[in-house]
Amino acid sequence: MDLSTRGPGHPYEIAAMSIGADETTAARPGRWVTVWRQPNFLLGAILTALLVVIAAVSLVWTPYAVDAIAVVDRLQSPSAAHWLGTDLFGRDVLSRLMVGARNSIVVGVVAVGIGLVFGVFLGAVAAARGGWIDEIIMRGSDVVFAFPAIISALLITALIGPGAVNAIIAIGIFNVPVFARVTRGAARQVWAFEYTRAGLAIGKGPFAVTRDHVLPNVASVLIVQATIAFAIAILAEATLAYLGLGTQPPAPSWGRMLFEAQTLMTIEPRLAIFPGVAIVLAVLGLNLLGDGLRDALDPRLRDWRAE
Amino acid sequence: MNKLILGAAAAAVIALAQAVPDTALAQSKNSLTLGVTLEPPHLDPTAGAAAAIDEIVYANVFEGLTRIDQNGAVQPQLATEWSVSADGLVYTFKLRPNVRFHDGTALDASDVVFSLDRARGPDSVNAQKPLFAAIDKVEAPDPRTVRITLSRPEGSLLFNLGWGDAVIVGPESADTNKSKPVGSGPFKFDRWVKGDRIELSALDSGAALQKVTFRIIPDPSAQVAALKAGDIDAIPNLNAPEAVLAFQADANFVVAIGSTEGETILSTNNSKPPLNDVRVRRAIAHAIDRKAIIDGAMFGFGTPIGSHFAPHHPAYVDLTATYPYDPAKARALLKEAGAENLKLTLKLPPPIYARRGGEIVAAQLKDVGIDAEIIPVEWAQWLEQVFRGNDFDLTIVSHTEPQDIGIYARDKFYFNYDSPRMKATMKTLNETSDPAKRAQLLGTAQRIIAEDAVNGYLFQLAKLGVWRKGVKGLWRNSPVQANDVTGVRWE
Repeated sequence: MDLSTRGPGHPYEIAAMSIGADETTAARPGRWVTVWRQPNFLLGAILTALLVVIAAVSLVWTPYAVDAIAVVDRLQSPSAAHWLGTDLFGRDVLSRLMVGARNSIVVGVVAVGIGLVFGVFLGAVAAARGGWIDEIIMRGSDVVFAFPAIISALLITALIGPGAVNAIIAIGIFNVPVFARVTRGAARQVWAFEYTRAGLAIGKGPFAVTRDHVLPNVASVLIVQATIAFAIAILAEATLAYLGLGTQPPAPSWGRMLFEAQTLMTIEPRLAIFPGVAIVLAVLGLNLLGDGLRDALDPRLRDWRAE
Repeated sequence: MNKLILGAAAAAVIALAQAVPDTALAQSKNSLTLGVTLEPPHLDPTAGAAAAIDEIVYANVFEGLTRIDQNGAVQPQLATEWSVSADGLVYTFKLRPNVRFHDGTALDASDVVFSLDRARGPDSVNAQKPLFAAIDKVEAPDPRTVRITLSRPEGSLLFNLGWGDAVIVGPESADTNKSKPVGSGPFKFDRWVKGDRIELSALDSGAALQKVTFRIIPDPSAQVAALKAGDIDAIPNLNAPEAVLAFQADANFVVAIGSTEGETILSTNNSKPPLNDVRVRRAIAHAIDRKAIIDGAMFGFGTPIGSHFAPHHPAYVDLTATYPYDPAKARALLKEAGAENLKLTLKLPPPIYARRGGEIVAAQLKDVGIDAEIIPVEWAQWLEQVFRGNDFDLTIVSHTEPQDIGIYARDKFYFNYDSPRMKATMKTLNETSDPAKRAQLLGTAQRIIAEDAVNGYLFQLAKLGVWRKGVKGLWRNSPVQANDVTGVRWE
């Protein structure tokens, strides 16, 4: 990502770097040191790492088979055999939470991936071409953006039917205008600098300039946005599953676990508490991580905060 | 237990905070507020299959020639007495004198002719037209006499005429009953606040109940809270079995676990290979552990059944041991039928018995090598895809119509069972009116469909009634879809 590793360094590029406008060349190592000292970022990183590790472990091992129904063992309190107890059908809650974490990560990665690929492409095109292409892309994304995440996901699953894959698509589609806007906004700032003009002047096309100068410079903004979008995607998937539109039974999902616990609240509140806490921790972790990354990668915001 | 106390405390706080006027009303002891789960689509029982319609108007607003009481027995209603000709083909009913509809018009024999002709006519939108299939003609020799002539003997005619679908309506009000029901029952319709409540009031100023309100509360947790807060006096049928547990320890409430006519079955598409192979269906029957389903999905509320027949009926035969739970045998049968690694769909409508029961059934089927993919559907989709569209392998549904084993003799009914032996048995049954012979034939019918493993027979749906102490006369069982409040009083 560091531009200094790309090519010999054209004189104009060097000039641009020297005025500090080219974000990618800023003194990053120092920032990272600062950021690791922040307890929020540290906590966010630890929670996110935990989420990933649990999901990875669930690929090879869970205490019990995730859909093994044993009605005689239903609604057991936490014990040595079942650390977080069992649910209505006697399934191990811990096993289901672990696989639910994996489910959340898959949803997050794919939905953010869809947003990144299409959104960044559209945003970069809009910024590079300007004019009516910009207008069309941005007004189109305004329309999609006008609906809150959950509403658009509801609309899309109503059209294409419920299911885990469709939920991912729905959340991904919501992410497209988000990333398109962020990319366009940041990219237009980069396009305002002389070094991009210089790139054009020496005969690079808009595509090459976007690839060589614009995208590396907006990458930090996108990373921050991706972290936040990841958290939103996990929350949206849980909401859709809770409403019966996301992951379908018997596959475990945190949102579905909440739904199943709903009528059991008076007799077994822990069935709602555990998946609820899992969602809170995952979303909190990703948000703290995103905040920390923003501090590290966005110098203006950091300076502003420092004041 | 602490949780229960906490919950009760919270409910008490809610009660103090918001329910003072309602409590005051309840203390006057001549009004009753019932909580119901589903809002009816409209209020005309002769123009819709929805149980939610009958649950408001049956016996309360509309009356039929006969009525079904809470034990499932036929009682006189508009007809005070009747006689049957020796060949069982002519029924003569004597009507109650001086009956008026709520709009003031008189109810006489011509209204009965109108109602029954309308229900069985070619333009009829009645959801239960087969009830009237045996009727050849309906006549009114005088204003208080109705004569029904049958084309063939129909042993269950008096029962059929007691259904909500067979109530007597007036020609003046028949077309507007959907929004403004006009019947001849002891309660008249006052108003319907959509999504919230339906209000009835008594015609007789001396009646024990002057005002009856049905509050529509779909969410089980909200039902529990409303009952504890005193917003409602009774829930005739709680939507979530776990909610019952919150009331069983509470001395202020009466919990009445009764029976319904709901045979809850794993309905199977009998015409779709390999489900058309009786060995595959028997394998499914052996794979099912009824106790696990009743405990896991219904908190133990429900009676296992081995055929399509209600255990509380006198002609019931216990056939639960026909195909006992035996996964090894199920696997062997599937192997014999060449249906190993079978992949099926399992469509589940919204009720808890289906959604929860379906997850357990799917796990039990997986255990014998059948991969049943769960597809949750809404009722509209279920009716369209499963009931009318024949697009399913398996589904779970509770058949709540009373004594409906006859559906196994219908042509092209949605599970596509076609058995000449069953059809012949039901035909003989229809032509028989001797109770002992009828019971014997009903037993034969139960055995035929059990042996053919037409559907997976799971359990008889329980009726989970909860009401405030002091409410007397609500039905414990529900032999027909009804919340009959005509005999309810406070003590």
